[in-house]
Amino acid sequence: MTTHYLVLSALLFAIGGAGVLVRRNAIVVFMCVELMLNACNLAFVTFARQHGNLDGQLIAFFVMVVAAAEVVIGLAIIVMIFRTRRSASVDDANLLKY
Amino acid sequence: MPWLSILMAVPVLGAVGVSLTKSDKLAKQLALAVSLVVLALTGVMAAQFNPSSATRFQFAEVYDWIPRFGVHYGVGVDGIALVLIALSAVLVPIVILASWHDADGTGAAAPPKRSVKTYFALLLVLEAMMIGVFAATDVFLFYVFFEAMLIPMYFMIGSYGGAQRSYAAVKFLLYSLFGGLLMLVAVIALYVIADKGTFMFPELVGVIQDPNTQKWLFLGFFIAFAVKAPLWPFHTWLPDAAAQAPAGAAVLLVGVLDKVGTYGMLRFCLELFPDAAKFFTPLVIVLSVVGIVYGAIVAIGQTDIKRLIAYTSISHFGFIALGVFAMTAHGGAGATLYMVNHGFSTGALFLIAGFLIYRRGSSQIADYGGVQKVAPLLAGTFLIAGLSGLSLPGLSSFVSEFMVLLGTYERYAVPAIIATSGVILAAIYILWMYQRTMTGPTAESVKGFTDLNIRERWVVAPLIAVIIALGFFPKPVLDVINPAVDQTLSNVHVDQFTPAVADKKGAGQ
Amino acid sequence: MQSPVEIVQHSGGVIGVSWLMIALPLLGAAILLLGGRRTDRWGHFLGVAMSLAAFVVAVVSFVEILGLPESERRRGIELYQFIPGIADMGLLIDPLSISFALLITGVGSLIHIYSVGYMSHDPDRRRFFAYLNLFVAAMLLLVLADNYVALFVGWEGVGLASYLLIGFWQFKPTAAAAAKKAFIVNRVGDFGLLIAIFTVWTTFGSVAFGDLSGATVSEAIGSGGASQGTITAIGLLLLLGACGKSAQLPLQSWLLDAMEGPTPVSALIHAATMVTAGVYLVVRSGAFFEAAPTAQLVVTIVGVATLLAGAIIGCAKDDIKKGLAGSTMSQIGYMMLGAGLGPVGYAFAIAHLITHGFFKANMFLGAGSVMHAMNDEVDMRRYGGLFSVMKVTAVTFIIGYLAIIGFPLLSGYFTKDGIIETAMEHNQILGWLAVVGAGITGFYMSRMIFMTFFGKKRWADDAHPHESPSVMTVPLVILSIGSIFLGAFLILDNRFMKFLAPAVGAPEELPAFHFVSTAGLATLALVAVGAAFAWFRYGAAEVPRVAPRGSFLTTFARRDLYGDALNETLFMRPGQWLARIAVFVDNRGIDGLVNGLAATIGGTSGRLRRVQTGYVRSYALSILFGAAVVVGALLYVGNM
Repeated sequence: MTTHYLVLSALLFAIGGAGVLVRRNAIVVFMCVELMLNACNLAFVTFARQHGNLDGQLIAFFVMVVAAAEVVIGLAIIVMIFRTRRSASVDDANLLKY
Repeated sequence: MPWLSILMAVPVLGAVGVSLTKSDKLAKQLALAVSLVVLALTGVMAAQFNPSSATRFQFAEVYDWIPRFGVHYGVGVDGIALVLIALSAVLVPIVILASWHDADGTGAAAPPKRSVKTYFALLLVLEAMMIGVFAATDVFLFYVFFEAMLIPMYFMIGSYGGAQRSYAAVKFLLYSLFGGLLMLVAVIALYVIADKGTFMFPELVGVIQDPNTQKWLFLGFFIAFAVKAPLWPFHTWLPDAAAQAPAGAAVLLVGVLDKVGTYGMLRFCLELFPDAAKFFTPLVIVLSVVGIVYGAIVAIGQTDIKRLIAYTSISHFGFIALGVFAMTAHGGAGATLYMVNHGFSTGALFLIAGFLIYRRGSSQIADYGGVQKVAPLLAGTFLIAGLSGLSLPGLSSFVSEFMVLLGTYERYAVPAIIATSGVILAAIYILWMYQRTMTGPTAESVKGFTDLNIRERWVVAPLIAVIIALGFFPKPVLDVINPAVDQTLSNVHVDQFTPAVADKKGAGQ
Repeated sequence: MQSPVEIVQHSGGVIGVSWLMIALPLLGAAILLLGGRRTDRWGHFLGVAMSLAAFVVAVVSFVEILGLPESERRRGIELYQFIPGIADMGLLIDPLSISFALLITGVGSLIHIYSVGYMSHDPDRRRFFAYLNLFVAAMLLLVLADNYVALFVGWEGVGLASYLLIGFWQFKPTAAAAAKKAFIVNRVGDFGLLIAIFTVWTTFGSVAFGDLSGATVSEAIGSGGASQGTITAIGLLLLLGACGKSAQLPLQSWLLDAMEGPTPVSALIHAATMVTAGVYLVVRSGAFFEAAPTAQLVVTIVGVATLLAGAIIGCAKDDIKKGLAGSTMSQIGYMMLGAGLGPVGYAFAIAHLITHGFFKANMFLGAGSVMHAMNDEVDMRRYGGLFSVMKVTAVTFIIGYLAIIGFPLLSGYFTKDGIIETAMEHNQILGWLAVVGAGITGFYMSRMIFMTFFGKKRWADDAHPHESPSVMTVPLVILSIGSIFLGAFLILDNRFMKFLAPAVGAPEELPAFHFVSTAGLATLALVAVGAAFAWFRYGAAEVPRVAPRGSFLTTFARRDLYGDALNETLFMRPGQWLARIAVFVDNRGIDGLVNGLAATIGGTSGRLRRVQTGYVRSYALSILFGAAVVVGALLYVGNM
């Protein structure tokens, strides 16, 4: 039973990770990051249930809060970049380099 | 009275005061006044010093600083430290007076105007640190001062120096930091291996017994000091730094800061790791002798006045290190006296060369000629300082060089003989430079030179007076140095020198 | 053999304050140098006064010494601790040192007086007198010091004074170069002297003359404390020092160039006093030399080689001062020869040193007087026939000339012949070479006389020679009187030898002076031949105004026996190359290594930073990669 949840979690995480690596649209990358976070949440909740321990559930809440905060700031930045550069592609925002 | 803390506090407070003043002129005057107060206080303290006292470190103060690691704010002076503190206290007011216009952006081909207040505040901060580094009796505190000294000097070279100042400043800083890092490792290892729970120097003497450990720790300290001093082949930062620094900063750099290296060898390398010091003595003596001859030969080939003086210093530092590692009473006392004398005579050379360069805006020897005719006082004092540099008897350096060579000869005849050839080379580099700059027909560019003005005379006069006085009557200083050197050597456990004749008599009886 | 007597600590009397001899001229120099232009008006009088005052102290001390019994004639005076534990500043007033003090202050004062006239047109006359006073003080410290370290202070002090005075007209590049050369060549000698002092110290544990008697040295050799080799080494190193100061081979090259200085300087420093310091050193260190026959032999060989070399150089010089300089070298060679011959030789050497001080100073000042009259012309080919216009100068010069060539009954006759005869008894070869040297002396000195004072006038068109003022001629007269009588006074009845005995020792049997001896007659004959030859070449025949090319030998002598060329090829040029190479190695090698290291680090990080592409996905990939590595590592560790 637990295995199914974990496999699902791993799949979601892999999909998210692949999305972050290959997609250029910042919003999509962002959503992929959310996907990875939620994959982690799923794993946490699964383990919490299996061990009969609420710690994992608790951590899931923390992750959600962090994710929410991240969305607020991240989206704000993306919107600002889009306004100035008329693009939401992460490859266009590559000024911070050597 | 906590004399040493006061000596450090006064210039620091003075530096704060100087940086808060409204006008540049006031800043200079305040800085000069503060440095004179420090000089006076040092004089009063030195008068109370008792060379024959049984307590080794006098005016001692010890407070816990980081009790968890046994780090203390521990200060105190013996004869060696006292004369070096006195050297710093004498040189700083002279340097302040000599640097009066160095940050103004006046003078021929001077760098653009910079913050005058900052320059003098840095000088005072540096003075506090110089006093601190010689006074520290806690190894960790010594390390802190050893590194912290770099900062004001870095800014003095980097902001107020010549055309290549940033290259020189970075080179100076990196070299010193590299050495300091090795020393930090050795300091921590010393603390851990000694397992005494303290960094206080007197309690660490003689604790490390294992010869191999001694060797590693010795190297950690020694390389830091060899870079600082600098010994050949760690010397190439010095000509750049000294040539690019403003004359006043160059005096403090070569005259005092570099002495921390040789002082450290005498105090820490010898006493903390006596067996390792004896093991490495042949190596150090070779480095010193090579430095003496090599520095002198390279000095002969220089075309830049300040670089030339810097290379003569490398040669002189070879003499000092030689005296330290000869481990004889005369060698050690001579080396300590040499540190003081070299500060005065090279200080005078740098300052007068600075006056010369201020007038012409070039430090190339070829740009001068016949200065003696238009500025006889400038040329005359330059000659006296130079003659002290070539150890003419009657001027201070002779006594120390003689003692170093004699002390070395007592134990290591061949290196002493090679080192003595330095006196010939010294005559060549000093007199040739004098000949090219001061004698001959007056060069066109030199014609408009004015002789030393009143301020410059006040800079030069005390230095020349000290050089001549110590040349004929070094006893007061030697009386302070000798007991301290004997104490050091007794911690190193070396046999005292006996003449060959007495040796035979002793064996016969 | 009679050994030197023990030194007695002295107090009271003028001897007790004999340090004034040094202090007064030193004070004079200090006042004149610090006082600056304010003292211009009376500076020269102060200089003369200080020198005369020192002379008075010396004379009174001398009288006091004479009043003491022989066994107490070495008086030590402690002044203060110089380098605690090694050397004190102390004086030793004994017959040897007081003889020197009299010579230095006496001849020195005369030359001071002469200089008042000679330098009267020089704007820097005050500085000149300051340096002269400095020289007198340093020279007195040299001879009066009671240990080697204090002696060394005076030794280098006179070197400094010599440097300053040779380069007195430092706007002339030749003068500045000559001054530097003199100092550096002297430093080579000082190097030897320093090592000698170190060796003495490490062997005997003292550098005071009082602790280093002949008895101490032989006892040390006996007990094995000092090997014979050590003592010989000390002797040779001392000789190296003496060679530098006294311009003996191989360190002779500086003396001829030193003639760039004003003529009174040449007379005082480079003829009468400073250059004889080497002889003083050898005599003062007799304890070592007497225990080291090899070193003594080398001293005599150096002396003979130099006396011949100097004489040969003197033959070819047209510059009157350089001719005299060659002659000085040669005469000091005689003294050195004498100094290598033990106590008998010491007395003759020092006596010759004193008489030489008189007649050579006499001739140098005479040459100065001639130059003064001839607009500073020094080329003797531009002189001739000066006898009629400057009689006093000419007559005194000729007296000096007769004294130096050893004309019977004049000073040189007694003192030089003494050295030659002692040498002859010691070693026939050395003796005969010294006789040959005397013959050459006869030639070159006669040549100088004939070219300068006799023959046709070969003056430059604007020359109007005239006799010098009396402030210059009076010293000449006094010196020439000394040149006549001093030798006879010192040598007859062995007066000087007996006087010196407490200081340097004396043989059991004092030598008798033979007015007629093989060596003496041979010397006289050769001198006569030399003088006659000079008459044919330069007296009877016309002297060309431009020097003819001359034979190989002439060129050889004109070029100072290729001494300078040798130094240049052996030391100077290689030295310059060495300095250049060293600078190159320092900049490109050692500093290059350091900068190369810095450049390598900089270059590496320059390449590494290319990893920062600015693309989020590549960062994400590296994060993923890092995470994978961490997880892999954890799994690996967990499975272990």
